[in-house]
Amino acid sequence: MDKFIIELKHLSKSFDDKKVLEDINLQIRQGEFVTLLGPSGCGKTTILRLIAGFLKPDDGSILLEGKDLSDVPPYKRPLNTVFQRYALFPHLDVYDNIAFGLKLQKVPGEEIEKRVRKVLKLVSMSDYEERDVESLSGGQQQRVAIARALVNRPKVLLLDEPLAALDLKMRKDMQIELKEMHDKLGITFIYVTHDQEEALTLSDTVIVLKEGKIQQTGTPADIYNEPVNSFVADFIGDSNILNGIMVRDRRVKFLYHEFDCVDEGFGENVPVDVVVRPEDIYIMNRTEGSQFTGVVKSCTFKGVHYEMFVMTDEGYELMVQDYNAFEIGSTVGLIIKPQDIQVMKKERVCNSYRGVMKGADRVEFLGAEFECVPGDFKEGDPVEVEVDFRKVDLMDDKEDGCTYGTVASILYKGNHYFLRVKTESGEDIYSHTQDVWDKYDTVGIKILPQDIRIKKLTGDE
Amino acid sequence: MSKRSTWVLPYAIFLAVFVVLPLVLIAVYAFQDNSGHFTLGNVLRFFSDSDAVSTFALSLEVAIETTLLCLLLGYPAAWILANKKFGFTTVTIVMFIMPMWVNALLRTLATAELFSILGFTLGKGTLLFGMVYDFLPFMIYPIYNMLLKMDTSYSEAAEDLGATPVQVFLKVTFPLSLPGVYSGILMVFMPTMSTFAISEFLTNGKIKLFGTIIQENINSSMWNYGAALSLVMLVLIGLTSLVTGGSRDTNVGGVV
Repeated sequence: MDKFIIELKHLSKSFDDKKVLEDINLQIRQGEFVTLLGPSGCGKTTILRLIAGFLKPDDGSILLEGKDLSDVPPYKRPLNTVFQRYALFPHLDVYDNIAFGLKLQKVPGEEIEKRVRKVLKLVSMSDYEERDVESLSGGQQQRVAIARALVNRPKVLLLDEPLAALDLKMRKDMQIELKEMHDKLGITFIYVTHDQEEALTLSDTVIVLKEGKIQQTGTPADIYNEPVNSFVADFIGDSNILNGIMVRDRRVKFLYHEFDCVDEGFGENVPVDVVVRPEDIYIMNRTEGSQFTGVVKSCTFKGVHYEMFVMTDEGYELMVQDYNAFEIGSTVGLIIKPQDIQVMKKERVCNSYRGVMKGADRVEFLGAEFECVPGDFKEGDPVEVEVDFRKVDLMDDKEDGCTYGTVASILYKGNHYFLRVKTESGEDIYSHTQDVWDKYDTVGIKILPQDIRIKKLTGDE
Repeated sequence: MSKRSTWVLPYAIFLAVFVVLPLVLIAVYAFQDNSGHFTLGNVLRFFSDSDAVSTFALSLEVAIETTLLCLLLGYPAAWILANKKFGFTTVTIVMFIMPMWVNALLRTLATAELFSILGFTLGKGTLLFGMVYDFLPFMIYPIYNMLLKMDTSYSEAAEDLGATPVQVFLKVTFPLSLPGVYSGILMVFMPTMSTFAISEFLTNGKIKLFGTIIQENINSSMWNYGAALSLVMLVLIGLTSLVTGGSRDTNVGGVV
């Protein structure tokens, strides 16, 4: 069973100098249900279009059963696509839409009829053969689109956000049906979605993408329980993401408390990100026997469970989910079990850039000049610049800063926000701030001279 | 009555005075003899007037030929313009439309002058050239518009299902662009049927079209017969619109 039907090797793609995909490597097994998951603009649809052949990669190759697809035009690839907006041919009825591919392959008329009937039955649309496709509801059009692709018996079925246009109830029903179809037909499905719940429900394997790079590949349970970084943790499900220190193996400190955990191999006293799912925090009315305590700030009923925000005594805000409601204002005891603590390596611990000295007390980086403390450097010296996250000040008015940028992502870490700001030079600067900003806000960036650490560049790196 | 409905009034008056009234007048004149009595004579006279019938047949022939030529030349042009991979900009598209900015009469006169300088004999060939030259943009634009608005996912879906580029065009792109084609046919066929200036200038009056006959009759004060001929033409154009109009439910918005 370890046969790969699709392999992507070092796939890269840019549109107008903007890198959309960077060195994507992927192996998909025969019969697998694989989901490409990520926010809009992460490159997931681009991967699908590259596999279908509508786009050509700048670099890298796509193999189908070991054979390079580079020079194979889309109409010769044994793959079929279910398009986001279905793309049913409005000038043909349901039957002719589905028979379109078979007629092109010169399949005998009788067999076409048999196969169309069969696939219509599969998608529960048997009585709709003669119908005009534009008279069908969204869900019905979706079924016809799936039937039109499946009737050709593709080796791989590509689905580009097929359920995005349906309402919630319909989406849930179709999810179940898609899963059943996949199990019944044994065809490899490659599914693109931005809906994490859909990805977790349907897939054998989930591939999480962000800005053209694969963040994590794994089973839905792996992705949910063991996110590799704070992006994945934040994107998949609800989570509390907190700064922590790995004290030693199996011992991590966060929320000003030390906890036992199951992670090892990070080293001693290393800064880490800690993820705790809100349903994994045990909440109780008494404080004895608890690891730490807090006060309930809000409590909302979510259908099955209650979602509460609890302010810990040390000033961290945590999301907690429980089947029982706890009164707002009441003091509660909280417990987190070792196996529910997910420790992740921090992607970075401070901002770090290449810069050039522009004078004894001026340094250029991030495409702007900053004032710095004079040191042992001359004008023109290439240097390495470091700035702590919490020393990056964001201002309302972009004129007030030394440079400016746009808020690209926001992560709440219990008692502060961790922001990524894209500057004019296209580089990222990270800021640890108490202020509330919105995504796409334009902010001035200010760094005090004493907060800029300058190091001589060593070697020719 | 809401106040807004009064906004319709100026347009209603306009339509009544400049569209409905003339139509009624044409009908009234067509069914009257010189002394004002009701008669079918004028209409019947057309069918026995072999000169008028053969001119009518010739006009029909020229109109059909012009329309076909415009379609043959215009469709590929529209397709190339609408295809982004050929890299045509708005400037190129405007250049195709630009001849329409110049009065058709002036263009026709200039073309006639050009032909006489180049030493071409004026005749049916030059007439067709002038017709196509004048009406080609009316064919290109609605088709171009239709192709431009067409969702690319249709052709992608066809290709995905195994259609070669040629099959994609024949089985999907072309059928889906038909509303634009119908619109273009109407916009070329109707005016070529009734034009008289082009034939006069570009054949030096050698070839008479139906429009010319109507003009001649009216110029020589034969109002009733002229009106009857106009009516015949109106009916014919009306029939063409009905035939092609069935598939015009897709909104083309092709009028420049």
